[in-house]
Amino acid sequence: MSDTTDNTLRDAISEAIAENDVILFMKGTPEQPMCGFSARTAAALEELKAPYAAVDVLPDPRIRQELSGLSNWPTIPQLFVKGELVGGCDIVTELYESGELAQMIGVEPPAEAPRAAPAAAEPGAPPLQIDTTPLEDAPRRA
Amino acid sequence: MPSADDLKQRIEGSIPGARADVQDLTGGGDHFRATVIAPEFAGMSRIEQHRRVYGVFGADIGGPIHALSLSTRAE
Repeated sequence: MSDTTDNTLRDAISEAIAENDVILFMKGTPEQPMCGFSARTAAALEELKAPYAAVDVLPDPRIRQELSGLSNWPTIPQLFVKGELVGGCDIVTELYESGELAQMIGVEPPAEAPRAAPAAAEPGAPPLQIDTTPLEDAPRRA
Repeated sequence: MPSADDLKQRIEGSIPGARADVQDLTGGGDHFRATVIAPEFAGMSRIEQHRRVYGVFGADIGGPIHALSLSTRAE
């Protein structure tokens, strides 16, 4: 059904999810989010100072197709922790506010982290260079 | 272009006993927020609850409905 390219892409996505304990698929990058929901989700992770990998789905529409096929979740962003889909912006926001997100990720929330989830920033200007490094690098085995 | 009321009808028509409160966030008929309360959500994880609601709309999510922000609970 899928051609070889798509299978390769799906495999690369699966491996990126398997090899990164915390991985966020988003529109844009944490520095230049291109959608308010992606911005808000990335901001929650930033507040927790959680180490995470971020993958921009915008450079190639097939990333989103294959990801949604894998995860059975229709929208972006999608946060995975330890290989499991946690959810999109709504769920991540709820979990941030209940303290469960920090628990799941295994970090102590910094004292200065706000109790309410940070509001979405306005989408910024398009990045001049789209960084797809996490997707290309993550699946490669050392 | 769907209205908030269309979404409400579809959710309540597809999930038995569900009550849905739907807002059109932008007035443009493509970004919505819904609070859905349904008895069958009891015992379901958040992910499963949201999947159930997204499932009502199938390919319309990401199509005519660009964004559907959800809050779900059993009661």
